[in-house]
Amino acid sequence: MTWTLLLEQSLNGFQLGIVLFLMAAGLTLVFGIMDMVNLAHGSLYMIGALLCATFTEWTGSFLLGVLLALPAVLVVGILVEVVALRTLYKRDHLDQVLASFGLILFFNELARIVWGPEGMAIPLPAWLDGSIEILPGVPYPTYRLMVIVVGLAVAAALYWLVVKTRTGMLIRAGASNRTMVGALGVNIGLLFTLIFGLGAALAGLAGMIAAPIVQANIGMGESILIPAFVVIVVGGIGSIRGAFIAALIVGLIDTMGRSFLDVLLGTFMSANAAETAAPALSAMAIYILMAVVLFFRPQGLFPPQGRG
Amino acid sequence: MVLNRRIIVTVLVLIALALLPVLLGGAPFYIGVVARAMILAIAAISLNLILGYGNMFSFGHAVYIGIGAYTVGIFAHYDIFNGFIQWPVGLAVSALIALLFGAISLRTKGVYFIMITMALAQMMYFLGLSLDKYGADDGLVIYTRSEFAGLIDLEDHVTLYYVVFGFLLLTVLGMARLINSRFGLVIRATKFNEARMRALGFPVGRYKLTAFVLAGTICGLAGLLLGNFTNFVNPDMMHWTRSGELIFMVVLGGMGSVFGPIFGAITFLLLEEFLSDLTEHWQIVFGPFLILVVLFARGGIDGLLGRKDRSDD
Repeated sequence: MTWTLLLEQSLNGFQLGIVLFLMAAGLTLVFGIMDMVNLAHGSLYMIGALLCATFTEWTGSFLLGVLLALPAVLVVGILVEVVALRTLYKRDHLDQVLASFGLILFFNELARIVWGPEGMAIPLPAWLDGSIEILPGVPYPTYRLMVIVVGLAVAAALYWLVVKTRTGMLIRAGASNRTMVGALGVNIGLLFTLIFGLGAALAGLAGMIAAPIVQANIGMGESILIPAFVVIVVGGIGSIRGAFIAALIVGLIDTMGRSFLDVLLGTFMSANAAETAAPALSAMAIYILMAVVLFFRPQGLFPPQGRG
Repeated sequence: MVLNRRIIVTVLVLIALALLPVLLGGAPFYIGVVARAMILAIAAISLNLILGYGNMFSFGHAVYIGIGAYTVGIFAHYDIFNGFIQWPVGLAVSALIALLFGAISLRTKGVYFIMITMALAQMMYFLGLSLDKYGADDGLVIYTRSEFAGLIDLEDHVTLYYVVFGFLLLTVLGMARLINSRFGLVIRATKFNEARMRALGFPVGRYKLTAFVLAGTICGLAGLLLGNFTNFVNPDMMHWTRSGELIFMVVLGGMGSVFGPIFGAITFLLLEEFLSDLTEHWQIVFGPFLILVVLFARGGIDGLLGRKDRSDD
């Protein structure tokens, strides 16, 4: 019985990891290539979820909702880049952090005005609402399985884009030496806008697929942003491969900690003490992981190659 | 010292702060707003030491406010109201946590430092959320303020106001001396050229860590005051957005200026009061305002008061 629980929780952890990866991929690209810290990445996650909720309500189909919301978030992302963030690339990190913090306040309030303080729930279509037996006698929600499949597909597509295409080559070149890429005649401004839009769409997609599970609400972006930071710091800033592996590690540790830490602690301390310590420790687990990684490898586990 | 605009404005603001309870005799609400602004000013001054002078972009400074406030709250929870116990413990815990967090985060630089301080702060926020014994996300109500053996009565709001004012004066004057001391000069020089300071034989890491711990401890003091002032503490005080607001106060006032954070904190809170009176959606104005300040007014309010031989330009 515990083994099925273990399996179920590892899948949940995997699924959280996938959502974190979609967030972290955009963050790490934007940071790695433009040297830009964007706190408002969480807002794009929220906007994605809320737009998807609205479109789902209009069209009556979750799938159509996602398909409509994706380009919409892309446009929002490009608008944000062109209007506000473009001027910040040359500024120091503190300015970028503060200005994007201002963007968060703006977007949260905008969302509160447009969607109301409660946010919106996204009802799942019937074909996603059930559960599948992944092993005989072990049912698992279809939707969560779907999230994992979609996430892996997006990760694969991203890998293909970055490693196999000309655009991807420019992205990688930009990550290791942006000035040189500019000197070679590449339109850096356009490349930046493109990458930012891509990151925005990924964050929006993360929000959309998380929304049916956690509900689309104001402030959802802030709660995922910091774990996403943990992911890119652990993985090595600028590295997509690092972000993928670190996202899975963080997702698994967080989920496993919340489910099993009390049992684990209970084996060597009193049940009472374990019950008090477990929630505190599991809430802190991923941050402790980050501190440990940084202590031994300040540049993260998989720093991108060729950075001077 | 020449009698310039900066000195005149600063003195006027301090006199106004000193006389406010007398002028506003019957308006405890506004006395409360200003007292709160002064408490946050103490926190902003402490942040300015590492942010403005030391070039350490800590995005987790609100943690120490939470630690100070939680100290008061947890002691009061166990019916220990003695300020002579609460306050030294609060300061010591702030210093210890700052030492630990500083030792971890100062191994990194630049954007990693921002993210680490942010994540460590968020860790404390989640720790607060998971402490069911101390109210979890509801926090603790502090029914009785710190007691100082009958010497000072913090329950009286004018007395509390002057205690806060006294600590603010102490902090700002102390900071003015500190940044011009040998220690302060080393910290400021590190901001310009860390490698050169190291080459000159200064143990730069230790100086930075000391500044980090000092800033955390002073901010812990602000937390002790805030817990007493609001009669309340909850994890939200440590949320990373609170740290963002503190940074904004420093930048709004003028980074790396002694009195700037006071102007910044007061302006921030007055603006918040004023805008939230106008509309409940005040943040839709406040957010873009923040962006405009960052883009076009990096000198902050201090920059409006004329040039000085700025150490950081």
